Amino acid sequence: MRSRIELVSLKAYLARRTLQAVPVVLGVIFLNFTIIHLAPGDPSYVLGGEMASPEFREELIERMGLNKPLWEQLFVYFATIFRGDLGNSIAYRTPVIQLIWERVPATFLLVGTAMLIAMTIGTIMGVNAARNPYSLMDNFTTVLSVVGYSTPSFWLAIMLMLLFGVYWNLLPTGGMLTVGFRMSPFETVIDVLRHLILPAFVLGLWHLTRFARMARASMLEELGKDYIVTAWAKGASERAVIYGHALGNALLPLVTMAGMSIPFLLTGAVVTETVFSWPGLGRLMFEGIFMRDYPVLMGLFIIVSIATVAANLLTDIVYALLDPRIRYK
Amino acid sequence: MFDVSGVKDFWRRYRSNRAGLVGLMVLATLAAIVLTEPYLLLYDPKEPHFTDKLLPPSTTYPMGTDELGRDVFSRIIAGTRFAFLIGLSAAGIAALIGFIVGAIAGFYGGKLDDIMMRVTDIFLVVPTFFLIMVIAAIFGASMSLVVVAIGITSWPGPARLVRAGFLSLKEQEFVEAARLVGAGDIRIILRHIAPNTMAPLIVITSVQIAGAILTEASLSFLGLGDVNVVTWGQMLQRAQQYLRHGWWVASFPGFMIFLTVLAFNLVGDALNDALNPRLKEYGTKVKTET
Repeated sequence: MRSRIELVSLKAYLARRTLQAVPVVLGVIFLNFTIIHLAPGDPSYVLGGEMASPEFREELIERMGLNKPLWEQLFVYFATIFRGDLGNSIAYRTPVIQLIWERVPATFLLVGTAMLIAMTIGTIMGVNAARNPYSLMDNFTTVLSVVGYSTPSFWLAIMLMLLFGVYWNLLPTGGMLTVGFRMSPFETVIDVLRHLILPAFVLGLWHLTRFARMARASMLEELGKDYIVTAWAKGASERAVIYGHALGNALLPLVTMAGMSIPFLLTGAVVTETVFSWPGLGRLMFEGIFMRDYPVLMGLFIIVSIATVAANLLTDIVYALLDPRIRYK
Repeated sequence: MFDVSGVKDFWRRYRSNRAGLVGLMVLATLAAIVLTEPYLLLYDPKEPHFTDKLLPPSTTYPMGTDELGRDVFSRIIAGTRFAFLIGLSAAGIAALIGFIVGAIAGFYGGKLDDIMMRVTDIFLVVPTFFLIMVIAAIFGASMSLVVVAIGITSWPGPARLVRAGFLSLKEQEFVEAARLVGAGDIRIILRHIAPNTMAPLIVITSVQIAGAILTEASLSFLGLGDVNVVTWGQMLQRAQQYLRHGWWVASFPGFMIFLTVLAFNLVGDALNDALNPRLKEYGTKVKTET
C-alpha cells in the first residue's frame, strides 16, 4: 500500500517536472526564430548563407513561408523543428541533424571521460579534505579549486600541448586517431586513448575542482550533524562513520551537480575540441562559426538546449529515486 | 552599511582574508596599469615590425614579439584596459537588468513574479555560451555587441538574489513605516529596500566580472572577437599556430587572463565572507563559463 502511494507521487512529480521543461524548449526555438528575423538582411540569407543563389533563396522562401505573415512563419518554423528538420548546412549541403548525429559519439566519449575523471577524483579529494580540515591535503584542494576555477581552459590546453606535444613529444596534440597507419583493434583503442588524455584532462579539471569543493562542503556539513555524533558516541569506527553513515548523504548534492555539469561540459567542449581538433559537436560549432554556417550554429544551439533540459530532468528523476523527501515537496 | 563604523568593521573582516588581500593587490596593480597605460606602452600595440618577427624576450622586447613582429608586452598592457572594460560593463549590464527584474518581481509578487521567474528559469537553463556564439556569429562580433550579449545572458543570477532580498525585506517594519510616512513604491524600492540587497549583488557582480572576462576571451579565442581591439583572447588565438616557434607568444596573454580572473574571484569570495558570512555559498553557485 505504502509503496503504491509512493509510486503515484513519484509519477506525479516526474510528470510535473517534464511539463516544466516544455516552455524552456519552446523558448529556445522562439529565440532562434527571433534571431533569424533580427539578423541583418533577409532571413533567407541566414538560412541559406550569404552566397545563396537566387533560386535556392526562392526555394527557401517557399518552403519556410518567408513571404507569409510573421505569426504564420513562426508556426511553420515550429512545425519544421518538431519534425526534426533543423535545415541544411550551408557548407556541407547535408541536413544539420545528420551532421550533428555524426559528431555525437566523439563528444560523448570526451565528455563522458572528463565527467568520470572529475567526479571520481574530485569527490575523493573533497571527502579526504573534509576528513582532516585545514590539513595539507585540504589546503591543496582549496588552492587547486580556486586556481582551477580561474584558469582559462584554452590556455591550459595550449600550455599542455606545448609541454607534452612540442617539447617532450609524449602525446598527440590533435585529432582522435592517428591517420595513415594500419592498426589492429587493440592498437586503435590505445591510439584513441592517447589522443583522449589531454582533452579529457583539460575539460575535466574545472569540474573536478567544483566537485572537490562541493564534496568537501557537503561532507563537512554532514559530519556536523546529530546522527554522526550519535554514531561516534556508539563507538563506531572512523571507517563506519565516514563511509557507512556520512558519505551516502553527503553525495546527494553531488548528483544535482553532476546533472548541472552536463551543459557546462558541452560548452567547454567547444573550446577544448577546437584546440585539440577533436571531431565532436564543439568542433562542429567552431567550424560553423568559421564558415558562417548559421543553420549548423542554430541547430546545435537547439540540440544542446534540449540536451540540457533532458539532463536536468534526468537529475531530478535520479534525485527523486534516491531521496524520497523531495517528492512530497 | 555605508556609515563609517560599518566600513571599518567591513574592512576589519575583509583584511583577515589573506587570499582576498592578494586579489585586491593584483586588481590594484592592474588598475594602475590601465590608468598609466600611455607611459607603459613601449611601442604601438598594433604596429608590426616585419624584421623582428617571433623574437624571444629581450631588453628591446621584454615579452618578445609575435608573428608580425608586434611587441607582446605593449599588447598585454593594451589588453588590460579592454579586459576591464569588457568585464565591468558586461557584469554591470547583468547587475542592472538583474536588479530591475529582481526588484519588481520580489516587490510586487503575484502573477508578475510568476511570469518573470519563469522567464528567468528559461534563461538559467539555456546554454548561454552557445546563444552568445550564435548572436556574435550572425550579428558580427563587435566589442559592444559581445559585451551586451554577455550582459543580457548573465542577469538571472543577480535577479534571483535581488528578488530573494526583496521578498524577505518588503514585509519588515521599516518598509511599513516608510509607507505610513507616505513614501511611494519607487521610493521604497530604491531608498529603503535596495541598499539592503546590495551586499549579495556586489558579491555576485565581482564573480560575474571574472566570468565575463573568461567568456569574452573564449569567444575571441574561437574567432568571435572584435578585430579592432587588442584582447588577450585574440592574442592567444593567433599564438596557437606559432606554438612551435616560441613559448612567449601564448604564455603571457593566457597568464594575464588567469591572473585577472583569479583576482576577481578571490575578491568576490572575500567580499562574500566579509559582507555577510551567511551568504557563503553564493560565490560558488555563480555561473561562469570557460
